[in-house]
Amino acid sequence: MEENFKLEIISPEKIIFSGDAKMVVLPSYEGDMSILKNHISIITFLRPGIIKAQINNDFNEFFIQDGTVEYFNDTLIILSSSIISLKDLSKDFLENLSKETEDKLSQKDVTDQDRYILNHKLNVIKEIRI
Amino acid sequence: MPSLDDLKKRISSVKSTQKITKAMKMVAAAKLRRAQESAEKGRPFSDKMNNIILNLSSSIPDKENASKFLVGTGKDNTHLCVVITADRGLCGGFNTNICRKARNDFEEILKKGKTLKIFTVGSKGYDQLKRTYGKYIIEKLNFKGFKKITYKEADEVGKKIIKLFNENQFDVCNIYYNKFKNVITQIPQSQQIIPIEKPKKDEKKTENFYEFEPEESEILDDLLPRNISTQIFKAILENAASEQGSRMTAMDNATRNAGDLVDKLTITYNRSRQAAITKELIEIISGAESL
Repeated sequence: MEENFKLEIISPEKIIFSGDAKMVVLPSYEGDMSILKNHISIITFLRPGIIKAQINNDFNEFFIQDGTVEYFNDTLIILSSSIISLKDLSKDFLENLSKETEDKLSQKDVTDQDRYILNHKLNVIKEIRI
Repeated sequence: MPSLDDLKKRISSVKSTQKITKAMKMVAAAKLRRAQESAEKGRPFSDKMNNIILNLSSSIPDKENASKFLVGTGKDNTHLCVVITADRGLCGGFNTNICRKARNDFEEILKKGKTLKIFTVGSKGYDQLKRTYGKYIIEKLNFKGFKKITYKEADEVGKKIIKLFNENQFDVCNIYYNKFKNVITQIPQSQQIIPIEKPKKDEKKTENFYEFEPEESEILDDLLPRNISTQIFKAILENAASEQGSRMTAMDNATRNAGDLVDKLTITYNRSRQAAITKELIEIISGAESL
């Protein structure tokens, strides 16, 4: 039985990935979520984290900072303005990002929601560095 | 009647102008291809985003408490107009067309007795509008020195607009830009981004049943501000392609006009040279005859 569904990862500048995937693990706002074929139609948005996409038994990983996801009719669309393949991540980039995030966290007028997002971002950056 | 020397100088100066316009045309053509590509690549993102918003907003149960970005503030007293133009001239009617379109709308807004606020993106728009509408311009921004405008820059503009909106500085927001149709035609357009333009009722209303996580309203709160940056980015990309297209046609025309001018001047030059020769001959002949 065919178990693949269509996956499209799109950034404002270009289509990053378009093809078939077996399974995609998403860092959804309220917790990780894994999508397989015949998932119910869903719209959700993402927190900073790592998207794992199983494509032909390989795992492709992307680091994202935000994004919106729609699954409909066996097509998964991921829209994100900040998405980078884990392979292309440089150390400097992570360093800058973590510094930036820490700066933002230390500001006074951070809302709880922002704090939640920023903390997640820091955790993910730490995770990647190891 | 200009002397032969003057004509010669003029011909050579027109020729060098022609060389410059020709070079500019080539550069614009090369840049156009790249700009067009990136405009096309940027389309799926904004299309998909629109789709999601459409699905979301049609299934939102409580329309009254929905995000302000969707339903507006309930007033339309203050209009913010974001005029997106190029940073460089010499591209035909490109900047003027956007400004003209915007100006018409400004007049209408003022006539209705509403408050007008202007936000110019790109220096040429600012230059054209500052004389008449200087006192309405509350923000200006340009991308001089940027080689390529990325999403980050558009996001900056978007965030500024959102900040102004959250401070209740305006009720309605419109953006003005040129839509790229093809190399010869660019259409100046205005688009309302706050509150979001009611999407046209679809031909067949597709009832999609979606699951939402978290709730619809929360997703919308996250999505709509993002959508503003996306729309602005789209406008900037369309604008960039239009600018190069418009410059290419303008420079092509300029090159052709310079060619015509050179031809005309050359004919005048040859005629007056011939006339001088004939005059000299007549003088010699009549001099010889009188001997």
